[in-house]
Amino acid sequence: MSIFINTHSRVIVQGMTGSEGTKHTRRMLASGTVIVGGVTPGKGGQVVDIDGHQLPVFNTVAEAVAATQANVSVVFVPPKFAKAAVVDAIDAAVPLVVVITEGIPVHDTAAFFAYSQSKGTTRIIGPNCPGLITPGQSNVGIIPADITGAGPIGLVSKSGTLTYQMMYELRDIGFSTAVGIGGDPIIGTTHIDCLRAFQDDPDTQAIVMIGEIGGDAEERAAAFISEYVTKPVVGYVAGFTAPEGKTMGHAGAIVSGSSGTAKGKKDALEAAGVQVGQTPSETARIMRAILSR
Amino acid sequence: MDLFEYQARDLFEKHGVPVLAGAVATTPEEAEAAARSMGGKVVVKAQVKVGGRGKAGGVKLAENADDAREKAAAILGMDIKGHIVGKVMIAQAAPIEEEYYLAILLDRSNRTFLVMASVAGGMDIEQVAHETPEKLVKVPVNSNDGISKADALKIINDAKFPADIADQVAEALVLLWGVFVSEDATLVEVNPLVKTSDGRIIALDGKVTLDDNAGFRHPDHEALVDASATNALEAAAKEKDLNYVKLDGEVGIIGNGAGLVMSTLDVVAYAGEKFGGVKPANFLDIGGGASAQIMADGLSIILGDKDVKSVFVNVFGGITACDAVANGIVQALEILGDKATKPIVVRLDGNNVLEGRRILNDAAHPLIQQLDTMDGAAARAAELAAN
Repeated sequence: MSIFINTHSRVIVQGMTGSEGTKHTRRMLASGTVIVGGVTPGKGGQVVDIDGHQLPVFNTVAEAVAATQANVSVVFVPPKFAKAAVVDAIDAAVPLVVVITEGIPVHDTAAFFAYSQSKGTTRIIGPNCPGLITPGQSNVGIIPADITGAGPIGLVSKSGTLTYQMMYELRDIGFSTAVGIGGDPIIGTTHIDCLRAFQDDPDTQAIVMIGEIGGDAEERAAAFISEYVTKPVVGYVAGFTAPEGKTMGHAGAIVSGSSGTAKGKKDALEAAGVQVGQTPSETARIMRAILSR
Repeated sequence: MDLFEYQARDLFEKHGVPVLAGAVATTPEEAEAAARSMGGKVVVKAQVKVGGRGKAGGVKLAENADDAREKAAAILGMDIKGHIVGKVMIAQAAPIEEEYYLAILLDRSNRTFLVMASVAGGMDIEQVAHETPEKLVKVPVNSNDGISKADALKIINDAKFPADIADQVAEALVLLWGVFVSEDATLVEVNPLVKTSDGRIIALDGKVTLDDNAGFRHPDHEALVDASATNALEAAAKEKDLNYVKLDGEVGIIGNGAGLVMSTLDVVAYAGEKFGGVKPANFLDIGGGASAQIMADGLSIILGDKDVKSVFVNVFGGITACDAVANGIVQALEILGDKATKPIVVRLDGNNVLEGRRILNDAAHPLIQQLDTMDGAAARAAELAAN
């Protein structure tokens, strides 16, 4: 078991014929992901050879799904065209759409998120995220597949590189699924969605939750942990030194007045019984101690 | 990007939201000329991107153009909560009968947009929300539905605006929704929205935040950037497409990925506590594909910061392998030559780390020190900055 993706995941790549799309299709294939085709409007009918895999290209997601039974789409389309791409995937009722693209206007994300909610058939992960990996089964996005293998830890993080860092620190133990949910102000899948899924996943024994400044997702997650999660959760929050009013790399990473601070998030998590590490290494040590109990 | 009040006023005017005549001035003489062309009494308002300017003496009524010059002279150069006033807005004075509040904003918690309306205008809205929550109406708006005149009227009536002006206020709300959507704003706030003694509804003061990610479809937004407030190093970094924020410490930071760089700042600050309170000097995320040129650009910005005493390069090789990053550092130091003068602590981990460390060891550059862990490297960089 795992969450969101597994050996049955059949993946199409929106924007596969672009340079980023091609590069990461190659990497995903190399890590064993079942990729069944790509979507690029206007290039339907072509077949692209990527490392010996003959991948058909379709004009729309609906055509791709009809021909390939794809159940996951990963989006590498540039910001300008991302909204149309995601709406196309929602219209095709793809159950999982992973939006890697960084720099999508928040009005566009608000529109496709609201649309997905109204349709009720598509989970969106991202945007501005590294995707997710179930080691040894499927890798959708840009997370390096060779950091670690399968194991009992579930990981959910707003940050890509902190995801990699944490997987590396705990590489001898391994992960059920690691999900990068993204650093934008509006994201399709939250910490809470992942915590719920990990709690319900029999293969996940403990959960690492990585947050950062901005918004109140971590505070909400803390409240959710109190009422729903019985598995051990270890937390980490980045951005204690971030000044007020400055966007720190991620569009959503900003302290506004007294809200969205790292300290507020850490305090909320600790009040919910979550042990919070001061550094990524300390966070990994806490997790290690919990699993060796 | 947060706008100045005068820029918000201009955007409102462009989209038909009722506003009073207004002009921006950077000198007392410009203020006088603007006041003269408007005629009558005017209000001279400090343009700062911080609240509480009225209490700080940054808003003054002027009887005539000469008075406007004097008031502007007093306000220009004022320090309001650390913001030096470089511009004033000259606005027509209006006989105000009542003050209200309207805002449309991105509601991150609920992943939607939100309208807020209140008849308690002219006050800090967080205070209204706290003390008299019954006077603040909040209504979520689905971005795909928008706000029709009927929706607006319902909101305004729910917020108990006087019946005789409800239609005008609803009309203003629909127009503000137009500003919010067509300018890709994440905040459009009018506080106060006023009713004048002759029964007009006017947006007297406005706050607008624009989404930087939407810049590609708003070439005109570039002109709204306040160049005077941009730090020289931040401007230089922007030229090179680097994601850089200047901070007030001594350890220059380069890393890959926003989360890892934020974490690096924190870890350096913790380590710095043992060395007399040494802190990070900047945020710099060089992103996934750290080429030699990007590394050189980043290092040269950081080494150009006179506050920097040591540099910490913290990279986790994910997509970019550590050997490529190591080569980037070596080549960057070749490009920089004599300009590189400060110790550089490097911590590499992840993809192809052994080869990356070997490349740096072989290069044996006198400025470079390698450590294996993030915590250890942060401590060394802090120690070097303290000496």
